[in-house]
Amino acid sequence: MQKLIAWIDERFPLIETFEYHMSKYYAPKNFNFWYYFGSLALLVLVMQIVTGIFLTMHYKPDTDLAFASVEYIMRDVEWGWLIRYMHSTGASFFFVVVYLHMFRGLLYGSYRGPRELLWIIGMVIFVALMAEAFMGYLLPWGNMSYWGAQVIISLFDAIPLIGPALSEWIRGDFVVSDATLNRFFAFHVIAIPLILAALVFVHLVALHKVGSNNPDGVEIKKKKGPDGIPLDGIPFHPYYTVKDIVGVTVFLMLFAAVIFFAPELGGWFLEPDNFTPANILQTPQEIVPLWYFTPFYSILRANVYNFFWIDAKIWGVIFMGLSIVVFFLLPWLDRSPVKSIRYRGGMYKTALALFVVSFIILGYLGTKSPEVISLFWFKNVYWVQAFTVLYFAFFFLMPIYTSLDKTKPVPERVTWK
Amino acid sequence: MSEEGVNPRRRRLLAITSGLGVVGTAFALTPFVLSMMPSARAKASGAPVEVDISKLEAGQLLTVEWRGKPVWILRRTPEMLKSLAAVEKLLADPGSAVTDQQPEYAKNEARSIKPEVLVLVGICTHLGCSPDKRLDAGVASGLGDEWKGGFFCPCHGSKFDLAGRVYKNVPAPTNLVVPPHAYLSETRIIIGADQQGAA
Repeated sequence: MQKLIAWIDERFPLIETFEYHMSKYYAPKNFNFWYYFGSLALLVLVMQIVTGIFLTMHYKPDTDLAFASVEYIMRDVEWGWLIRYMHSTGASFFFVVVYLHMFRGLLYGSYRGPRELLWIIGMVIFVALMAEAFMGYLLPWGNMSYWGAQVIISLFDAIPLIGPALSEWIRGDFVVSDATLNRFFAFHVIAIPLILAALVFVHLVALHKVGSNNPDGVEIKKKKGPDGIPLDGIPFHPYYTVKDIVGVTVFLMLFAAVIFFAPELGGWFLEPDNFTPANILQTPQEIVPLWYFTPFYSILRANVYNFFWIDAKIWGVIFMGLSIVVFFLLPWLDRSPVKSIRYRGGMYKTALALFVVSFIILGYLGTKSPEVISLFWFKNVYWVQAFTVLYFAFFFLMPIYTSLDKTKPVPERVTWK
Repeated sequence: MSEEGVNPRRRRLLAITSGLGVVGTAFALTPFVLSMMPSARAKASGAPVEVDISKLEAGQLLTVEWRGKPVWILRRTPEMLKSLAAVEKLLADPGSAVTDQQPEYAKNEARSIKPEVLVLVGICTHLGCSPDKRLDAGVASGLGDEWKGGFFCPCHGSKFDLAGRVYKNVPAPTNLVVPPHAYLSETRIIIGADQQGAA
């Protein structure tokens, strides 16, 4: 064994790479619960790729066959139901994990310098993940698949001049059709997974260059021992590989519980309308995307007025796009002298709490019909508008409240809490 | 950057080579990009559809498929036609001023050739859902007792009257599309073609 490794090491930087990224990558010693979600995201990515490969062996990307082939997987393929439920539940869990991973960034200022590029790469991964989930959702060719794709592709119609030609180019037809299904299959199983894998690699390379942030927002590289190792750093392997295995175990227990006992999770993970085949003459009564898109979908629906001679439809698209673009700008919007929420003042804490509430309520209202009066005495659409304002206020007022906020002194070294 | 030791001739050649490389790449990409446009078969499959409306009673709506889209044929009752004038103030484009949304011969209050027979593409002009038919006026429609009948898009809450005209302050920017159509006889309609020929 030793000889084999030595043989390889003369021809390939095996030990060097392992040391650089694992056994001599020094991560802060004070990681807490929130630091599980990065490695869990990687786990889910691998799981989605593996289950996806096996689903591809039975699935047929053809409008006449697609719906039946998914039912065939569910009923007739040996263990097909498990693989399919792992994949469909995995999609939702992917977003759970990624949203928590991003929230960790907001809590501890992980997007702040020198990690701006790391954050941006992460946001690109998030956008690619949304594209992957959206295209995957068309593949079962259920009624919600069809109309969801119809609506989202129509968003591109709103772009002035090139819009209609662009949406025809995306669909490959004048309506969502067999051409659309086939190309979404190609993107979902080849193009975007390749991009995702490459981006995740780049995300990790960038992380290991700048080093991990931590719950105190202290740069551990500033305090090094005589051996050049950060005083508050511990080797990622074995310390954090072992810690992450605990996270993986708990995660898989939850994951298995959902797959075995509630794979549809009451319509939140698999919508009831998607158990009927696509019907091009009949939109489902309530057309809603899956839960992970609903906050952005709400923002799209919030715009019902024509401002400045621009249609409400285009405003909706602009605001929905902006609601994701603002995340990219976070490193430059935040003017606070401290990174971590532990040393920030009341203003940031309040702003973050309001943002989280807005995000959740927008997500909830995105699953409801806009005209219905459901919260107190106001129609949903008014609530959506109010919380859309709050959502954007978190970002656009950030330069103001983070510079006014009273901060606490940051310790020299990480603490244990 | 230091200019020392730079051979201007070589630099110029490098710029020209890179420029040509970019042009070549653009040429090489073209077939891949264009392969995603609607194919010849997709373009050809837009044939007109003939519909028999002899069995369509007043107040009834028939849905047919044309170019992969739902097309509604509604035979409106006299009350329905009366509601068109009543809602005019609530509409964004009551006079059908946006010319792309209907052929010239449907640019009238009823947006139809024969006032009672309405032909519409049943696709919301907002984001392409198919609106619900809420033809009955009043509370039963679920849209309040002010509702005079029309169409309601469940996706984003756009409202249209019984001529497919859009209400103000809803996400949809324009009226529903009236497709080119013509009467072959009293009871037969062709959708997708008119006196000027196929669309």
